[in-house]
Amino acid sequence: MKNRSLISINDYSKEEYLKVLDIAEDFEENPRQKILENHVIATLFFEPSTRTRLSFESAISQLGGKIIGFTDASSSSVSKGETLMDTVKTVANYSDLIVMRHPLDGSARWASEVAGVPIINAGDGANQHPTQCLLDMYSIRKTQGTLENIHIAFVGDLKYGRTVHSLVIAMSQFNATFHLVSPEELKLPSVIKKYIKDAGLNYYQYTDIENVMDKVDILYMTRIQRERFADPIEYERVKNSYILKNDMLENSKSNMRILHPLPRVNEIEEAVDKNPKAYYFQQARNGVYVREALIALILGLK
Amino acid sequence: MENNIQKELKVSALENGTVIDHIPSDRLFTAIRILNLDGSPNPVYFGTNMNSQKYGSKGIIKISGRYFGREEINKIALVAPTATLIEIKDYKVVSKYDVETPSEVQSFVKCFNPKCITNHQAVPTKFKVFTDANGVLKLRCHYCEKTTTQENMVFQ
Repeated sequence: MKNRSLISINDYSKEEYLKVLDIAEDFEENPRQKILENHVIATLFFEPSTRTRLSFESAISQLGGKIIGFTDASSSSVSKGETLMDTVKTVANYSDLIVMRHPLDGSARWASEVAGVPIINAGDGANQHPTQCLLDMYSIRKTQGTLENIHIAFVGDLKYGRTVHSLVIAMSQFNATFHLVSPEELKLPSVIKKYIKDAGLNYYQYTDIENVMDKVDILYMTRIQRERFADPIEYERVKNSYILKNDMLENSKSNMRILHPLPRVNEIEEAVDKNPKAYYFQQARNGVYVREALIALILGLK
Repeated sequence: MENNIQKELKVSALENGTVIDHIPSDRLFTAIRILNLDGSPNPVYFGTNMNSQKYGSKGIIKISGRYFGREEINKIALVAPTATLIEIKDYKVVSKYDVETPSEVQSFVKCFNPKCITNHQAVPTKFKVFTDANGVLKLRCHYCEKTTTQENMVFQ
């Protein structure tokens, strides 16, 4: 993985993901290792994403690396009309690796072709956000002891949810069974279902979250956004049926854990946070270890 | 015999050059555009809605004094997968082959995704060509990873 960009979840093989997760486990044991002291890493956030940026910056800081960059495009030369290519080529002169977030689909791939230093995609529009997928996989393995043969439910917006698409594709390599819970208008797109079918795996579709509660090891919740609905009345009808409450978890398996890419709005009641099955805040913490591992591997330091 | 005479009358024979036959009638002008023939200095003859024993109706293009590389001609397979290419030297057919769908296309198709980087900055487009489960030809963008179907193809 040395010097290789990570743009899309399809860029790495199953063995390579597992390598990242193994190294991340080392960082969880010992997160502060000063291996980046002689390195400069750029975090270029062409659109704001505070959570992702802080997670990367925490990972870099804990490894002793220096950070340069900007937190949104308005405070950079982009606002003067500079092209992405010029920005990335310039910053590549100042840094060993670039972490970038950009509102346009495909921007990270393009950057990786012109930069001359490795790029980690921290989200390119609606397309890919591979480190989120890696931290989701890390969290599944951490809570279940394995990535193989997991029954996983995805709940909410399965049509537009980028994290859902990536995780479905990744888990298709680990013999998962998929339980897909969504309103009719937000079902998983057929291009993503194709990955499940091609792997010879099964998926089941539901509109009612209660139907999956006793079946799954992982309950992956997502936010349903009002703007996804053409008909606002339809949104009002479905929004409350996808809110997770403690009493709904009564029949769930003892090993079941709840994941959520965050930010949460109201789709998980706050009372659930104290439930031992809630794992979404630990999941966010795992993102730091996974990002430490990825940076260390790409820079050839692990 | 009468049929042959009719053909002769419709489009004059080439001394040297290329004939592209069996183009679907409704794709003729798109094929001309893809091959940039509208800017060609060579004499170009074309016809469409002509009788075809094989397809019922077809279009045909003749370009005098010009030959195409395989890669260049295969571009038109995206819109005219049935097309046949005939190369002529001294009024004689020297080679004849069917166009082949390329596995990758670069620069001449626009990505259908309005949020794709290629539609906002000077990034040349690049696609993998594949056929879906129903045998329909589609392009997958190398950058945004979204699919452009045949009916949505716009040529740059």
